[in-house]
Amino acid sequence: MNKTISQLITGYTDGSYTPTQAVTDYLATIETTDPDIHAFLHTYSEEALVAASVATTAYAVGDTANKPLLGVPLAIKNNILIKDHLATAASKMLENYTAIYDATIIERLREAGAIFIGSANMDEFAMGGSTENSAFGVTKNPYDTDRVPGGSSGGSAAAVAAGMVPAAIGTDTGGSVRQPASYCGLVGFKPTYGAVSRYGLMAMGSSLDQAGPLTHSVADAKLLHDTMAGVDPMDATTITDNTYPTVATKETYTFGVPKSFLAEGVDPDVLVAFEIHIETLIAAGHTVVDIELPLFEKGLAAYYIVMPAEVSSNLARYDGIRYGHSTTEATGLLEVYEKSRAEGFGTEVKRRILLGTHVLSSGYYDAYYGKAEIARSKMRQELTQVFETVDMILTPTAPTPAFKIGEQTDPLSMYRQDVFTVPVNLTGVPAISFPMGSVERDGKSLPVGVQYIAPHAGDERLFDAGVRIYDATLSTK
Amino acid sequence: MKVEDTKHLARLARIELTESEVIAYTVEIAQIVDYVSVVSELAADDVDAEPQVGSRYNVLRGDVITNEPEQYTAAALREMPQTSGRHLLVKKIMKAK
Repeated sequence: MNKTISQLITGYTDGSYTPTQAVTDYLATIETTDPDIHAFLHTYSEEALVAASVATTAYAVGDTANKPLLGVPLAIKNNILIKDHLATAASKMLENYTAIYDATIIERLREAGAIFIGSANMDEFAMGGSTENSAFGVTKNPYDTDRVPGGSSGGSAAAVAAGMVPAAIGTDTGGSVRQPASYCGLVGFKPTYGAVSRYGLMAMGSSLDQAGPLTHSVADAKLLHDTMAGVDPMDATTITDNTYPTVATKETYTFGVPKSFLAEGVDPDVLVAFEIHIETLIAAGHTVVDIELPLFEKGLAAYYIVMPAEVSSNLARYDGIRYGHSTTEATGLLEVYEKSRAEGFGTEVKRRILLGTHVLSSGYYDAYYGKAEIARSKMRQELTQVFETVDMILTPTAPTPAFKIGEQTDPLSMYRQDVFTVPVNLTGVPAISFPMGSVERDGKSLPVGVQYIAPHAGDERLFDAGVRIYDATLSTK
Repeated sequence: MKVEDTKHLARLARIELTESEVIAYTVEIAQIVDYVSVVSELAADDVDAEPQVGSRYNVLRGDVITNEPEQYTAAALREMPQTSGRHLLVKKIMKAK
C-alpha cells in the first residue's frame, strides 16, 4: 500500500476511498507486517478509527476547508510529544512517561486533519544511525530485514517504506531524517534551522534539531512541512520570512558537486548511482559544476564536539527527580542522580554525555567547544561564498546503502555515515534526500539517496527542484 | 584519556559506571577525541576569533503568564516518582551528623 498523501486525498475527495477504509487498511498492514519490521513502539488504533470516522463524515458533507491533511494517517517519532500518549524517546529513562502537552507540530498537524496512527521506534534519544540503540529492540529495513533502516528516525522510515503509513514525521539533528530516507527509498526533508518549531520535541542538540517529514513524494514532504512550519511563540529560534534573504526558484539550476569530498570512503556503487543522477540533471537542462568545500568536508569533527556538548547539557534534566526513571536503590540525593541515569540510559547515550562533558570541561572547553563553534562560523561563511555561484549543492545522502544489523560495532565508523549530512545541521541550511537509484547487495536491491542542499530559507527551492526532478519520475513508474 | 579521567567525567555527568564501562569508554572516548581534534586546524587561521554560538540576536516577549492556573499541575504531579499531596518528595540532601 504505497500510496502518496496526494493519492489518498484524491480518493477521499472523489469518494472512491474514505479515511475509515484507509486507517482500517493501514492498521491491517501494521498487524501483518510490523511483527517482522518493528517500526512502531505504540499504535493508537481505537482513537485513529474514531478520528477517521469523523474525517469520513467531513468529506461526505464537504467540510474540508483549511484541512489539507484531513484523514491522513501518520506515524510520529516517539521523541515528539503527543498529549496523553507515551513519549519514550526509545529510552528506559522515559519508558512510562506520558506527555502532558502537544508539540507545536503535533497541534498543527492535528489542526490540519492528520490522524496519528502510532509512535515510531528510533535510536534512544535520537542518538544513532540505525535504530540499534533503541531500548526496545531494533527496527528492520523493509528492503532487507537483515539490514538496518537507518536512524535515528528508522521506525518512521521503515513504517512508510513498508506501507504501514503513507508518511511519517522524524527529527534530524545530524541526518536522522535524510539518512533513513536514503536507506529506505523515501523522501526525507531537513528544513532551515528555525523554520519549524522545536517546542515539544525532546531536545538533543538544540542548535541542530529540526523536525522533518518522511514521504513517498517531494510534494507530500512539502505539504507536511508547510503544515508544520512557521513562527511559534513557544520557540524563540523560529524564523520569519524576513530572517534570511529570499531564495528564488528558477527554471534551471546550477548544482555544485564537492568532488574532493567524494574521493574517499564512498561506496563505488553509490558513486555510480550519483554519476547517473548528475547525467539526468544535465540532460534536463541543469548545470553541474565542481566546487570546493574544504571546511564543510571536515564538519564531522566539529559536529562530534558541538552535538555531544549540547547532549550533555540537555540530558542533564533526566535526573530521576521530577519525571522518568527513578532508581529504587539510592540512599542519598547524589545516588538518585547517578543510579537513575546509570539504569535509565543506554550505552550510546552515556558515551555522548561523557564525551560532551569532556569537551565542555575546564581546560578543554577552549580547545574543543570553542574551536568547534569558530569552525562552524567559518563553515557558514564558506557556504555563503559557494552559494554565490551555485543554487544547490549535490552529494550522496550517505556513503553506503543500508548496512547489516550488528555490522557497525565501532562508534567512529558509525559516526562516519553522517559525513554528508551533519555539515547541513551545523550551518543551519535546508536539505532534502530522495532516491537516486539502487545498488545490489546479497541479491537484494537496496535504495540509495541523493542530497540537495540549499542556502538558508531555500526550502522552497528544494521542493521545486525535487518535484520536477524526482516526483516527475514517479508518475512514469 | 586515562581510567581516572573517565571516572571524573562520570562523576561530573552524574552517571554511575561499572568498571568494565569505565574501561570501554576510556578507549572509545580517547579515539573520538583524537578524531575531533582536527577542529583546531579548521579554526587555525582564526586563532583570535571569538566563538559564536549560532546567530546571535535577542528575542523578547511580554512577561505574561500564557497558561491557565492548574493547567498542567495534575498531569505533572502524576509523572513524579514520589509525591506527598501536591509536593515532590526527594531524598535527604544533608547527611545526619
